[in-house]
Amino acid sequence: METIYLLTPLACLVGAIVAGLFGKRIGRTGAHRVTISGVAIAFLLSVIVFVDVMNGNLFNGPVYTWAVSEGTVYQIGFLIDELTAVMMVVVTFVSFMVHIYTIGYMEEDPGYQRFFSYIALFTFSMLMLVMSNNFLQLFFGWEAVGLVSYLLIGFWFKKDTAIAANLKAFLVNRVGDLGFLLGIGGVLYLFGTLDYADVFAAAPDFAGETMPGTETLWMTLICLLLFVGAMGKSAQVPLHVWLPDSMEGPTPISALIHAATMVTAGIFMVARMSPLFELSDTALNFVLVIGAITAFFMALVGLVQNDIKRVIAYSTLSQLGYMTVALGASAYAAGIFHLGTHAFFKALLFLAAGSVIIALHHEQDMRHMGGLRRVMPITWITMIIGTLALIGTPGFSGFFSKDAIIEAVHYSQQPAAKFAHIALTAGTFVTAFYSWRLIFLTFHGEPRDREKFDHAKESPWVVTLPLILLAIPSVIVGWIFVEPMLFGDFFGSSIVVRPEHDTLARLAEHNDPGHGAAWQMVAHGILALPVLLTALGTVLAWIMYIVRPDLPGKLAGRFSAIYKILLNKYGIDEFNEFFFARGGRNIGNFFWRIGDVKLIDGIMVNGTARVVGWVSSVVRHIQTGYVYHYAFAMIIGLFVLMTWFLSS
Amino acid sequence: MFGGLLSWVIWLPILGGIIVLATGSDERAPLARKLSLAFSILTFLISIPLYTGFDTSTAAMQFGEKSIWVSTFSIYYHIGIDGISMPLIILTTFLTVVVVIAGWEVIKEKTAQYMAAFLIMEGLMVGVFSAIDAVLFYVFWEGMLIPMFLIIGIWGGANRIYATIKFFLYTLLGSLLMLVAFLYLYHQSGSFNILDFHALPLGMTAQTLLFIAFFTAFAVKVPMFPVHTWLPDAHVEAPTGGSVILAAIMLKMGGYGFLRFSLPILPDASHELATIVIALSLIAIVYIALVALVQQDMKKLIAYSSISHMGFVTLGFFIFSGQGIEGGMVQMISHGFISGALFLCVGVLYDRVHSREIASYGGVANTMPVFAAFMMLFAMANAGLPGTSGFVGEFLVILAAFKVNIWYAVLAGTTLVFGAAYTLWMYKRVIFGEVANDDVAALEDVSPREILFLSLLAAMVLIMGLWPYPFLDVMHATVDQLVTQVNTSKL
Repeated sequence: METIYLLTPLACLVGAIVAGLFGKRIGRTGAHRVTISGVAIAFLLSVIVFVDVMNGNLFNGPVYTWAVSEGTVYQIGFLIDELTAVMMVVVTFVSFMVHIYTIGYMEEDPGYQRFFSYIALFTFSMLMLVMSNNFLQLFFGWEAVGLVSYLLIGFWFKKDTAIAANLKAFLVNRVGDLGFLLGIGGVLYLFGTLDYADVFAAAPDFAGETMPGTETLWMTLICLLLFVGAMGKSAQVPLHVWLPDSMEGPTPISALIHAATMVTAGIFMVARMSPLFELSDTALNFVLVIGAITAFFMALVGLVQNDIKRVIAYSTLSQLGYMTVALGASAYAAGIFHLGTHAFFKALLFLAAGSVIIALHHEQDMRHMGGLRRVMPITWITMIIGTLALIGTPGFSGFFSKDAIIEAVHYSQQPAAKFAHIALTAGTFVTAFYSWRLIFLTFHGEPRDREKFDHAKESPWVVTLPLILLAIPSVIVGWIFVEPMLFGDFFGSSIVVRPEHDTLARLAEHNDPGHGAAWQMVAHGILALPVLLTALGTVLAWIMYIVRPDLPGKLAGRFSAIYKILLNKYGIDEFNEFFFARGGRNIGNFFWRIGDVKLIDGIMVNGTARVVGWVSSVVRHIQTGYVYHYAFAMIIGLFVLMTWFLSS
Repeated sequence: MFGGLLSWVIWLPILGGIIVLATGSDERAPLARKLSLAFSILTFLISIPLYTGFDTSTAAMQFGEKSIWVSTFSIYYHIGIDGISMPLIILTTFLTVVVVIAGWEVIKEKTAQYMAAFLIMEGLMVGVFSAIDAVLFYVFWEGMLIPMFLIIGIWGGANRIYATIKFFLYTLLGSLLMLVAFLYLYHQSGSFNILDFHALPLGMTAQTLLFIAFFTAFAVKVPMFPVHTWLPDAHVEAPTGGSVILAAIMLKMGGYGFLRFSLPILPDASHELATIVIALSLIAIVYIALVALVQQDMKKLIAYSSISHMGFVTLGFFIFSGQGIEGGMVQMISHGFISGALFLCVGVLYDRVHSREIASYGGVANTMPVFAAFMMLFAMANAGLPGTSGFVGEFLVILAAFKVNIWYAVLAGTTLVFGAAYTLWMYKRVIFGEVANDDVAALEDVSPREILFLSLLAAMVLIMGLWPYPFLDVMHATVDQLVTQVNTSKL
């Protein structure tokens, strides 16, 4: 099995290297063949690993020793357990679909080989991240996916907006990574090792350890710092600002990286660290609050966006907030479950949006769309399936995972849980509204741009096939995995929950053991508040965008203050631009021009030189070259010396 | 006297330099180039056994040679290497090959003299890292300034005279105090052997004064805030090869000096004054990074970036833990590759457009895609991306700093953001975007010669990032001993 573990990421890496270095020689077909074969192999191997793990074969072992310093051994190694296996399958499956889709989407792009090389490299990095058995390699993968994200957002490097967005994404992520790295520093300090198994085993012993001179628990500090990393990567408020801008990148990577996989790395990481987070209620409450704010307030922004990709991006932010809340409520399994279902339906939504975008020759503004259902039936239907899953229609995958989260928060005893519960419940209404708004504006009504509409046609099979293949799990995975993942012992020891935190167990108590859990959730959920709010949002969207299309404009005028706040995304970008970007440059300029140029160089260095020059220019006057001047000076000197000697 | 392997590594390039000088005028430049390349490669090859034959289990000096030089003052030609100097010697011989290749077609005037200066400097720098006798050390230390002075003064830019004099005065002033310190230590111990200095008991006042003397010499070389302003000027005026050697190796002399002299000879003063050194290091990391952010000249930006990165070296050293010192050492070696590579990248652009201003470029990726890919790698390495050598040192130092004081780690960690900000912002303005002007439109992508030297450095950056184990492995024994020395009071 160890060979299989190793081959899974390496298959992708080989593809990336070959397509990257020899892209010109092997041509377009060569490049997509080699990378797609790589990721296909990785997917098949991941399935094998998944089945093997389900049969109880776990693995934890090193691959090689990265470094040794002061007795600490830093290793590269794999931990293969239930959590890893789920992530591997999700990542490689979505990546596989996106690879195929890219053949169609990037058909005319001159950077075709480069693109395939990057996404294969991404898959490799992401696999190394999820398969890691220690914090160091986790950080490696963490930064590597950030690098590929940077490269891909700026893939069209001639576009000013794209290269501004990728720099922003990298820097905002780096802020998170700073926290993450310090968290790792804390782990090394406290535990003396970076190996998961050792750290998690020792964690309970250090649970009460406080920082010297304070009452703060080390565990709280470490968890908060690690979570700052998650906030960067998983785009939680206030480090969310990079994700909407990342939509400047080509759509396939919006689906793969900025919806399905990379942005969920933070969620995965916190779930992986559950043995630590469980020991700090402070950290869990912080997680709850951040997640709830993200889930609700980012969804609101989604209401007013006109760019089709940005609507989905804000939806992603909001859904990441849902997952984060699940973590805060100690319902890690529900968080990971939602991560999985979301990966399928959100990748589907993005790829479908991409299908629309290429049909309209790179038009992304929904105000120029409309009526497309007549010409793009497959895209339309699959996107509706994705939407039904996203808004949590009972029976669709998103329903099970999202409902489980809302219920779990409901049972959580944490002080912040009440707030989170309200935010998430209200969020379902907003989600339904913006999702249907997107569908209605894009596919229904009359075409608003006749010319673009007349040229639109359904995308080729390489594009629609991944849509269909993603639509299937968007519908069915809920039915299959609800029982084991949420209520069974699916995750085994890979997720640790303290009994007093176990919200999913409390949820399970309400199930009737005689019947299937999935059926019970549907039966129970259909009359619950979240589903009713979803239905309300759907109807309202239908009224506003189908029945009375003049209403949205009127409402925007009526509530123009709120509308503007949402349109400006709460002004966070402007604040950051003013305070951090411009502030940083101003301080830098101040340090440089005042500190370095004026003080150090001007006064200290050149000043010294000037003083020396001045002294010598004064002294030079004495050296006149006339003998009688010198003789006079000597006599004076002699006089002074004699006086001094005689008087003493 | 010159029988040992180590002596060959010192004197062969110097001999080669003299032979290259003898080829004379520019008519025979091709011969001078070929000879220089041959000598630099040969020196690199004979330096490899220093690594392969190195005994990692001992902290004692290896490949030692000792013979009397000036018997009256018991000055010896005494050389040898340990886990601290050996990696720096190999770095020197490796980078000299790179620099010779990089100067191949670029230097059109006084080619023989240019190449010879680098070869002679190589020998002297290896001498600095190998000397065990303080006087010998001092001779190499000062001698190495002369070729660098000439390189900047003759092949440099428009304002080269100001830069060379600033460079020379700064470093000379520092070294003179070091000489005084040597004389005092000789007076106390009756020997110029550095290892005898290590064992010499010293009172607190003496230690403090000696520390200040050494500190002045080494802080200027590193350079540390606030004696750093000579470096940006020197870099801007220096020819590409000069910048590479200056950043990659000469700055390391300062760090090396701390490890060879300050820490083991003056453990108590080191502890006493560590807070100041750490504070200056942290200022370098944060303040200089912000200064780097607003530079408009690429070479100045990289020079400031160097100062900021060297802050990790001094920070790591003055934590006095094995992890910190090894982190600082790794940072020195890695910075040799990365800063060298970045200066070469600027050189590649400068040779074509004759401007170092960021504003003169834009959209270089359109016309030089291969170059853009190389520079991306080096920019990311400069930003400390895991998987590149730039990460290893910073990672070890930040983690070591965390153990001492969490705020040290927080301030040092800001480099994750600032380092990425200034490097990638420059990259964005130079490489990305539409083709900015006719100069950029007319650019030709890197030649096979340029690909060769960039690939050599890229390979090192990646190897060291993905597997730093062998680099660290050779240091352990020496660093362990050093940690014991610095944590044992002499009072």
